[in-house]
Parts: sequence; structure tokens; C-alpha cells
Amino acid sequence: MAISRDEVLHVARLARLELGEDEIEEYTRQLSRILEHIQKLQRLDTKDVPPTSHVLDLKNVLRADETRPGLSREEALSNAPDAVSGFFRVPKIRES
Amino acid sequence: MARLHEMTALEIAASIGAREVSVEEVALYFLERIGRLDGSLRSFIRTVPERAVAAAVALDRRLAGEVSARRAGGLFGVPFAVKDNICTRGIPTTCASRILESFVPPYDATVVRRMYEAGLVLLGKTNMDEFAMGSSCENSAFFETRNPWNLETVPGGSSGGSAAAVAAGLVPFALGSDTGGSVRQPAALCGIVGLKPTYGAVSRYGLVAFASSLDQIGPLTRDVADCAAVMNVIAGHDEMDSTSAPLPSRDYSARLGADIRGIRVGVPREYMGEGAEPGVRSCVRDALGVLEDLGAVVEECALPHTEYALSAYYLIAPAEASSNLARYDGVRYGLREDAAEVHQMYERTRRRGFGPEVKRRIMLGTYALSSGYYDAYYLKALKVRTLVKRDFDIAFEKYDVLVGPTSPTVAFPIGSKTGDPVKMYLSDVFSVPVNLAGVPAISVPCGLHDGLPVGLQMIGRPFEEDFLLMVAHAYEQAAGTSRLRPRMVSEG
Amino acid sequence: MDSATAAEFEPVIGLEVHVELKTKSKIFCPCPTKFGAEPNTQVCPVCLGLPGVLPVLNEGAVELAVMAALALNCDIRPSSRFHRKNYFYPDLPKAYQISQYDHPLATGGWIEVGAGASRKRIGIKRLHLEEDAGKLMHEGSIETAARSLVDFNRCGVPLIEIVSEPDISSPEEAKEYLQVLKSILQYAGVSDCRMQEGSLRVDANVSVRPTGSAAFGTRTELKNIGSFRSVVRGLQYEIRRQIEVIRAGGEVLQETRHWDEQREVTVALRGKEEAHDYRYFPEPDLVPLHLDREWVESVRLKLPELPEARKRRFVSDYGLPEYDAGVLTASPSLAEFYERCVGLYGRGEGRPKTVSNWVMGELTRFLNANNIEIEEARVTPSHVVELLRLIEGGSISGKIAKAIFDRMCETGEMPSQIVRREGLGQISDESEIAAVVARVIEENPKVVGDYKSGKAQALGYLVGQVMKATGGRASPGLVNRVLRERLG
Repeated sequence: MAISRDEVLHVARLARLELGEDEIEEYTRQLSRILEHIQKLQRLDTKDVPPTSHVLDLKNVLRADETRPGLSREEALSNAPDAVSGFFRVPKIRES
Repeated sequence: MARLHEMTALEIAASIGAREVSVEEVALYFLERIGRLDGSLRSFIRTVPERAVAAAVALDRRLAGEVSARRAGGLFGVPFAVKDNICTRGIPTTCASRILESFVPPYDATVVRRMYEAGLVLLGKTNMDEFAMGSSCENSAFFETRNPWNLETVPGGSSGGSAAAVAAGLVPFALGSDTGGSVRQPAALCGIVGLKPTYGAVSRYGLVAFASSLDQIGPLTRDVADCAAVMNVIAGHDEMDSTSAPLPSRDYSARLGADIRGIRVGVPREYMGEGAEPGVRSCVRDALGVLEDLGAVVEECALPHTEYALSAYYLIAPAEASSNLARYDGVRYGLREDAAEVHQMYERTRRRGFGPEVKRRIMLGTYALSSGYYDAYYLKALKVRTLVKRDFDIAFEKYDVLVGPTSPTVAFPIGSKTGDPVKMYLSDVFSVPVNLAGVPAISVPCGLHDGLPVGLQMIGRPFEEDFLLMVAHAYEQAAGTSRLRPRMVSEG
Repeated sequence: MDSATAAEFEPVIGLEVHVELKTKSKIFCPCPTKFGAEPNTQVCPVCLGLPGVLPVLNEGAVELAVMAALALNCDIRPSSRFHRKNYFYPDLPKAYQISQYDHPLATGGWIEVGAGASRKRIGIKRLHLEEDAGKLMHEGSIETAARSLVDFNRCGVPLIEIVSEPDISSPEEAKEYLQVLKSILQYAGVSDCRMQEGSLRVDANVSVRPTGSAAFGTRTELKNIGSFRSVVRGLQYEIRRQIEVIRAGGEVLQETRHWDEQREVTVALRGKEEAHDYRYFPEPDLVPLHLDREWVESVRLKLPELPEARKRRFVSDYGLPEYDAGVLTASPSLAEFYERCVGLYGRGEGRPKTVSNWVMGELTRFLNANNIEIEEARVTPSHVVELLRLIEGGSISGKIAKAIFDRMCETGEMPSQIVRREGLGQISDESEIAAVVARVIEENPKVVGDYKSGKAQALGYLVGQVMKATGGRASPGLVNRVLRERLG
């Protein structure tokens, strides 16, 4: 199972990772090798096996609808790379 | 009195309780030791000496006000370290990543809060593979950590900093996190005790997520009794974590010292084949002999889907990680690479902020979840996870504990596996099935091979850590392997 | 649209409505949800998506969502779960939204629109719970802004998404669906449904097809619809546009289009062709929700009377025309206001209808003119009833009552006080009226002559002059009698 260069670029785009030319090549090669290794899963017949997304047998974990004070604005913004008058600021947004 | 760095956490606590030594003296002792020895080991990303001393002084004052100095069963006054993916209020928490290099959490992880409440003193944050992705501590964005048994070898990973620090006597114990073996494998490679608790036994609130359905925080300690004592502090239900088990609190030390005669031990044949190097297998076989001598019934058993577990793990964990690590976008915290447009800013920030292994896993996980591949990869892996879990369910119908090696090899030379991700992933072959099944497992030292420690993995039934600790303790007492120390410790 | 087009093509419309639930705290953390707070003051590590935090589901949000689903005739699924919807956007801190995907909270509901023979059911495909995102402010417009600002106060407010079946066949019907939906949700007490505050938001899927055809055309998704009016305008525009494209031999593209309120056009969003791949997968930080029948029934018992039932009751209990009952019950607060008025004023002698006239007339006019809801006005049922009693007792005329209505609503002053202070009470003293009558007769000899020569309607003019001279305060009956007497 090989992954193509175009697929690598598509996945990088979905994951918002800019890749250099060398990285594109490296990931195409490495991901192909990993997927090849993982390919052995296809040998297992799992037609009637339910998926396990969680090992715990828990359900209905709920909290009461009560408020508690959170962070002060100063704390909330303390790690912000760019903040102005109480807001986080980001570069312009192009829809995509 | 023995030197502090050769004592267990419980011995230090007893000594503090008996007023033989003050909390401040203990903290200063270990800070001095870190300052002197960590230059060659590089197990800490940062220490917090001022905070530690201030906390210690406050604890001494509290102790002075008490009528009786003895605090029952606790670890009052003992210093500890935490892996740098566990949030500490006011202290940078970096996950050994450029992207979080400047991040200072405004809150404490539940485990850290519980430590403080129990009167323990935080000394610092330990090095790790970036975002806990790795098995050697070589994926830290900052520097490699070295194994105190041999500075040319890796300490294991991803909690390599915690393991090396404890093994070298720089701190009495530390916390790590285990997603696919990240507590047990470095514990094994550094010759100490490491426990991955049952999924849901310890709150994940404040643990920076790698793979949410697999992550657990666990102790790295000198011996099993310390491990139980740390569990007594950190385990228990937390309403901040929906996946925390709503069970009554328990005493993890209660069964230590009990007789293990008649317990049934299964040895998965898949763990004792060619996958593990002969020296490792030989140490494990010796350990099985010790268990038999203690009266345990040891038999070979099967975990037939073991060979598929690693593949399932390397789909599930990256898939969850690709989503968990999407929040590092340069908007609210962490690194930002400026750009004229926001999506460009994301791409540049994440390019510069993440290291190669993290990117590799984000790519793999994104691919496994993406349209057209979800069923073939992610869903398939979840089904295989069911099969892996069933293997354990079936085995535990017959056996009380499953025993095998923790890692297929002893500590390997730095740089020897970094070129080949698949080879590195194979280090986790015996540890990941445990995370997929959610069961608890402990690694205890079981001897040396080529002068490097070998870890014995014992796997227990869900939420029966007390039983698992009892067996591990019996073994440790009989084998005496927890007393093995690297020269760094014996030489002071 | 000309009638030829309308006959040749028919639109197919489905609506996706997001409604903020009226909980005290957010869906996954205990931050308050109050609207209009200073930016980034209702946030915590969880809703800011800091590293290491975990969500815990708010029971109140589940209860309100179930209540909404029951009010919309949905089946509550016995088991549902949450998924992560992954995409990058600056208002989405975790870069995924916790939502529901393959196992939503509820499915298979409906509501009714239209009256009489054109009454019709619109199906509700699904209703699910999710978290709201933060709010973006652009320095300028979204196209021209150099930078944008983010406020996360709204982030994590519980939302329900209500997806209709494509059963809606005109823009007007879409508006009516929304009005009925809003009314039901307000009655159920689950949301304020204030579109201007964003607590109700609408996206529309629309396509056109040859009239009578069973197949669907290619649909576009219409976003940025800010009011019920723009639902109609936007859909009208988009339907017209699609028909024009097809007529010109073109093909409608499946795309998301922005409703530009200023220019009244829909615009395709640049780059949207790159299909989203949300990579949904089960949220590992949350456990499944299993709602047992008993609990659901206990929620159903808490469900208040809904608009349809209340409307029927208004007709049968108060003898109101269907039309009045419909208007009065459209919003629960207006209906409650009406009922409290009737409670104070009494139910005999056509009184409920009198109250209805005033509430539907003057009160609604005042609220609309000031663009406020009844609960924001200072007028209470006591005000309205006292006013009606003043008219009934002959203390003021209906005209005076209308004149002081707005002041009463604005200031909250009781009508009797206004009447007393401003000397607006009706003049019932015969001698006082007689004096005015005498003056009017003297000043209008020609009209008096007309009356005397048999022009009966001339009396009306003279009554009017007396009323004018008394500032409308004279009792009309008394004026009539005195005039007739004097004119012999």
C-alpha cells in the first residue's frame, strides 16, 4: 500500500502542515512503509466484530448546570501571541 | 542513616515524619544533586528551585504546628518531578515541543493538585519525546536525555526524563504518562518501577492529550511500595474527567506483603518468541522461576492478536493525535509564525513548531481518518482493538496475572533507531496491547543484560492494581532486583 | 419572479437551524453563558481549548435539548454519542467541534404550517446537540479586514441543530416554518430564539426542479441569513438565480453562498469548492448518552403548553376568533400577558375580546415601534386593565386612552395617575358642558340653521366642535343630549 505524493500534499493541507520539497519526499516514502507494515490488519476477518472506541463501560457522565468563575481576562490572554483590547487577534481570514 | 538519594520516597517521608530531616533539607539535597549531575544526564527541562524551597519551608512550618509529627502512610514532604506534558500552574509546560515552548498553564492538572494537597514538593519538569511520541527521548525538541546506566544509550521514552531522573537518584519519584508503553518502557530501560494504571483510574485532566482513549498518567518509582503510595495520592475519581472511573477510593498499599502462593500466572507465548532479544528472555525466565518459588502456578498462555496490536495502535493513536494536536494553531497560546493570512499562519506555525516524528504521526492519523480511508484504516483498527481486548478478557478468565518482558530490548545506543520509524515502533510491541485493552500493567526490574536493566511486565485485571502491586511486590522482595543501582547512584 | 417561471420550476428548500439553549452554564464547562459580556471574560481553560483540558457534559443542556425534541414531535434515541468534527478556524479553539454525527439525540419530528386546507407538515430529520464557536470581529468587512479579533465568550454555549426535511416549497413557507419553530422553542422554554443576538441562526439548502418532477436539482447552501426577512429575500434571490442559470443552459454548482444583506445578492465563497473533509470520529473524551424512557417521560411532563394547544384553548375558553388566538399565542410572553389581563379584568360580556383588541392593537404597535419584547417594556397587565376600567366607567374616552397608552408603556406610570395629573378625565358636569354647547351654537349659526331645516347630520359636526373645544374630554352621550335639548 503506497501513498502518493498528491495524497501526501492533500493530507498535509488537511492537517495545516506546510511541507518542504524534501519533507514531501520523505513522508511519501515513510508513510508508505508504515502503511505497508499496517497492511497486515487486512488479513484479519473483522466482519462481525464491533469497533471499540472506548474500553470503559461508562455512560451518562454529566455535571449539574451550575456556573463557576473561569479565568480573568488577563489570565485568558496571558499566553496569546497577539492580543488587543481584550481580544485575541489573528491575521485576515480567507475562507477555505 | 542512608543517603537521601538511595532512600525510597516512603523512607524519606518517614524520616521527615520522625523529624530527622526537614522538608527543606530534603528539597535542597535533591536540588543540589540535580545541579551537580543533570548536566550529563539532561533529564530535566526545567527545575523550580525557588518555588520548591518556598513550598518546603511552608510545609515545615505546618509540620512544626502539629502535635504529632507522624503523618500516617503518606508522602508528606517528599520531592517529586513531573513529565513536561502534565500542566503546572505558573510553570511552563512544553511537551518538549517548540510549539509550546512559551506556554504557561493557568491551571494545575488534577494529579499535580493532589500532590500539592498531600504535601509534596515539585522540583521540576522532566524531558520527554515531543508530545509523548517516541520510545527513546530522542524526539525532544530541546535535547536528548541519557540513560544513567550508560550515558551512550537512551533512557527509553517517552517518559525518559522521569525515568532517568529517578534511576539516577535526582528525585525520589516522578510522574509520567503511558499511551503505548511510555511509563513502562523507560522504567524497564532505566531499572526502576513504572505503572500504567487501568484506563480511568487516574484523572487525565491536565495531561496534554496525545491519544485520549489510551493515555494514562502513572508513577515511576524506586520500588513497588513507593508506586502504591503514589497511586494512593493520584488515583481516584475526578469530576473534571468524564472518563474517570467513579469508584470509591482505595488503599493501593493494602495488599503489599501478602502471600502469593497459588496465584495463576500466564506467560503469553507471543511475548517470549524471537521478538525479544535472548538476554531479555533469559532474565524474564529467571523471574518466572522466582514466582514459582513463591508458590505461583506459571503456565504458558496465548494473546493471539498481539502481532496485530501494534498496527492497530499505530492507526488509533495517530488518528486521535491528529485531532488533539490541531489546537496548536498559534491563536491563543504557543508559537506563532506570522503570515498575512490566517491559514498560512497555521501552516507555517505548525511547520516550525512540530518536530518530524510529531508531523509524521499527524500525517498518518489525518490520512487514517480522511474520507475514503476511514473504514479501511481507522474503523478496521477499532475492530482489531476489540479482538485485542477479548484476548485479555479470555486470558484473565484463567490467569490472575500475565507476565512477560516490558521491552524487547535493553537500552539501545543513542541514534541507533532514529532513521527508521518502523524499527522504533517495534520497541512498543509488548506494551501497546495493554493500552488498547485498557488494563493495568507494571514494569519491575528483573536483572541486567550486558550491564543494562531488563524490565518484567506484569499485567493485571482492570481496576485490580492492588492485586498487581501485591504480586510485583512479592517478586521484588524475593528477587532483590529493585536494589540494583547505576554507578551514578552508588558513587553519590 | 414572474408567474411563468413560478409555474415552470418549483423550489425545494430544507433549513438547518441552530438554536442556543438557555442553560446557565456552557455545554462542557461551568462558564456562564450571558449574552453581551465584555470580550473573553466568560472563558476558562476548557472552552479556550488549552492543552490538557477535558469536556464534561452539562445535564441541563441535555434536558433542554430533549425538551426541544419532544416539543418538535421527535423520537428521542435511546442511545446517542458525540463525535469530533475537525476543521481549522480561528473561532474554534480545539480545531474540532464536539457535535453529534451518526447517533444524534433525536430524529423523525415534524411541525405544522399554514392554515385551513393548505395546512401542511414539515418533517424534522434530526436534532442534535453541539457546542457553539467563538465570535469573530473583522477590522472592516470580512473581505477587506487586515486582521480579525476573536472573543471566546460564546464558545461552548450549548446549541441544538434542527435539520428539516426538504419539505419546504417556497420562501414564504420557509419563513412560516421558522416562525412556528421559534414559537414552539420559546414556549418550551429552551431558548430565547433572538436572531439579532444570534441565539437562532439559519442556513438554507435550496434547489429548483421542473414543476412536478420527483428528482432533486443540485442544491446550494445559503449562509449568513440575519433575519426572517432575509430568509425570504435570500431564498427568492437564490431561486431566481438558479432558474436563470438553468435557463441559460448552465449548471447549478453545489456550493455555499453568502447572503449579502447590503447588496441583496448571494455570493459564492471563494475556495469553497475544495470539499471539506471533517474527519468525524467518536469523541474519546466523552462517554455515550443513554436516555431511558422513564427519564424522557419525566422531561415530557415538564413540557409546558405549546402554541397550538394554547391557541385552541384561547378559542374555546375566551371565545376569541381564530385569528386573534393565533396572534396572541405566537409568543409565550404575549400570551401570558394576555391571560393575566383577562384574569384581572374578568371574562364576562365580551371582555376577553376587548382585551385582545387592545393587546393586539395598541400594545403590539408600541412594542413593534420600539423594537422590544413584552418583557422589556414597563407596562404590566395591571396598567392595561386599569385603563380598560377607566374607559368602562366613563372616566376617559377611548381616544384619550389611546393617547396616553404609549406614555403608560414608556414610563410605567399608572393610567389613573396620568389622567389625574394631566386633567384628562371625562367632563360629566352638565353645566360645564352646557356652557360650551351654548358657545358652539352661537359660533355656528349656519350649521344650526341646517340642522333645524332637517339636516340631521349637521348635529355630528356640532358634537365634534364641542369635543374639540373640550380636548376630547366631554362625555359624548352627554354632549348629544344637551345639544338636542338646546336646539329644541
